[in-house]
Amino acid sequence: MASVSTNEMKAGTKLLIDGDPYSVIENEYRKPGKGQATNTIKIRNLRTGRVLEKTLKSGDSVEAADVEDTDMQYLYSDGQFWTFMDPKTYEQIQAGEQAMSEAAQWLKGEESCRVTLWNGVPLTVAAPNSVELEIVETDPGMKGDTATGGTKPAKLETGAVVRVPLFIQQGEKIKVDTRTGEYMSRVGGK
Amino acid sequence: MPVAQDAGARWRPSATIETLRARAELLGSVRAFFAARDVLEVETPVLSRHATVDRHIDSFRTADGGWLQTSPEFAMKRLLAAGSGSIYQIARVFRRDEQGRHHNPEFSLLEWYRTGFDHHRLMDEVEALLTACLGRTLRCERLSYRAAFERHAGFDPLSADAPALRRRLGEAGVAEPEGVTADEAGDPDFWLDLWMSIVVGPKLGADAPVFVYDFPASQAALARVRAGNPPVAERFELFWRGVELANGFHELTDAGEQERRFRGDCAWRHAQGRIVPPYDVELIAALAAGLPPCAGVALGLDRLLALHLGLDRIDATMAFAADRA
Repeated sequence: MASVSTNEMKAGTKLLIDGDPYSVIENEYRKPGKGQATNTIKIRNLRTGRVLEKTLKSGDSVEAADVEDTDMQYLYSDGQFWTFMDPKTYEQIQAGEQAMSEAAQWLKGEESCRVTLWNGVPLTVAAPNSVELEIVETDPGMKGDTATGGTKPAKLETGAVVRVPLFIQQGEKIKVDTRTGEYMSRVGGK
Repeated sequence: MPVAQDAGARWRPSATIETLRARAELLGSVRAFFAARDVLEVETPVLSRHATVDRHIDSFRTADGGWLQTSPEFAMKRLLAAGSGSIYQIARVFRRDEQGRHHNPEFSLLEWYRTGFDHHRLMDEVEALLTACLGRTLRCERLSYRAAFERHAGFDPLSADAPALRRRLGEAGVAEPEGVTADEAGDPDFWLDLWMSIVVGPKLGADAPVFVYDFPASQAALARVRAGNPPVAERFELFWRGVELANGFHELTDAGEQERRFRGDCAWRHAQGRIVPPYDVELIAALAAGLPPCAGVALGLDRLLALHLGLDRIDATMAFAADRA
């Protein structure tokens, strides 16, 4: 298995530590001018999401994790598994509930998603940065009120609930930032 | 598309043009400072047949067996021994594997030597240079290495042994590095380095710069050791906002002692399985011929500029940092 030296660890480098895959968030190099250098890495456990810090002697190596990001198309879900297809090979894979915990609420089908595979198995799935979805349920708002900046909850066709401006109506399509869960704009309206 | 964007951005400088102007101004004011004090500007080779054997500084080797300098120290001391008088140099230096917020494998050192000075008189001059070049009066504090530890770590570093230093690090809640070897565990300097780089150093010079002087004798490098109980190295470092800016010595002039230190470092490197470059025998010959009593200091210009401009990475002071070089 390949290993990664401290000076090759950049944001996004994947490491295998105590049997778990980690992604490097930050790597702080410290060295007294004439003394022992160290690297303190901040890393995220890709299975649990937990973030921790570790200090290594500069020049030491850690095993690399066989983790790769690949763009795949979401096909359908049976409620337990979500099926994705590699658009080049047409190969299909299934992601479980844990991998889908963030993305599931934004997907209705055919979206291209960033799937993170560990040893070929989906670890996490990221929805597209923004999605366009129809509002299936929201309180009738005050029509002319486009200025006050008030918001109300709105349920989308995928089941996700986001806060939208008061003037947005049921049946409208909106654009949502999936990373923050925030309303971005109306789609196709005026 | 992201690839094309990255490749597109990569031709661009790491620094803004405005920062490069400030850099040029700094270089100009450094030269004016030394011209007014009658210190001679010199240039020495970047590429040498010899290299440092410092335990924790690694040199780049060229395909034909030469070495890129990690500091202009040896060549400048040979000039001093040849009667140059006080000299300074703005040098490009190279250190392998040094990469981070405050490190770039290639960087600019301002190094100067003053004949007849000791380390305290040289600290006065460093302070005067900062005031002159940054255009603001900085009242630098001076703390012995011992006092710096007593203030920020709460113990006397000169009387603590390796197990005590290790235990205290754990008690302070600092995670020690993984894979500490038996040799490292028993070496007080290994633990003092961790204390300095993780705990004490970052707290130094929050307001005005701080000189830390009189280092443990085991960290003398090329400084004189002053007898006493315990003996201390006449070495100083300058810290500002937690960043190490300069390292100076009341220079060792004893050729025999210098050669013993080089050999000790070579033996250590050999035992650790590290590359052992040829140490500079011409420096030993120059010391044997007679190095005038002097003090010397090396100051990181990229870091100084970054601190002066309030930039938190030294990349931002360089036309092209390592990732774009």
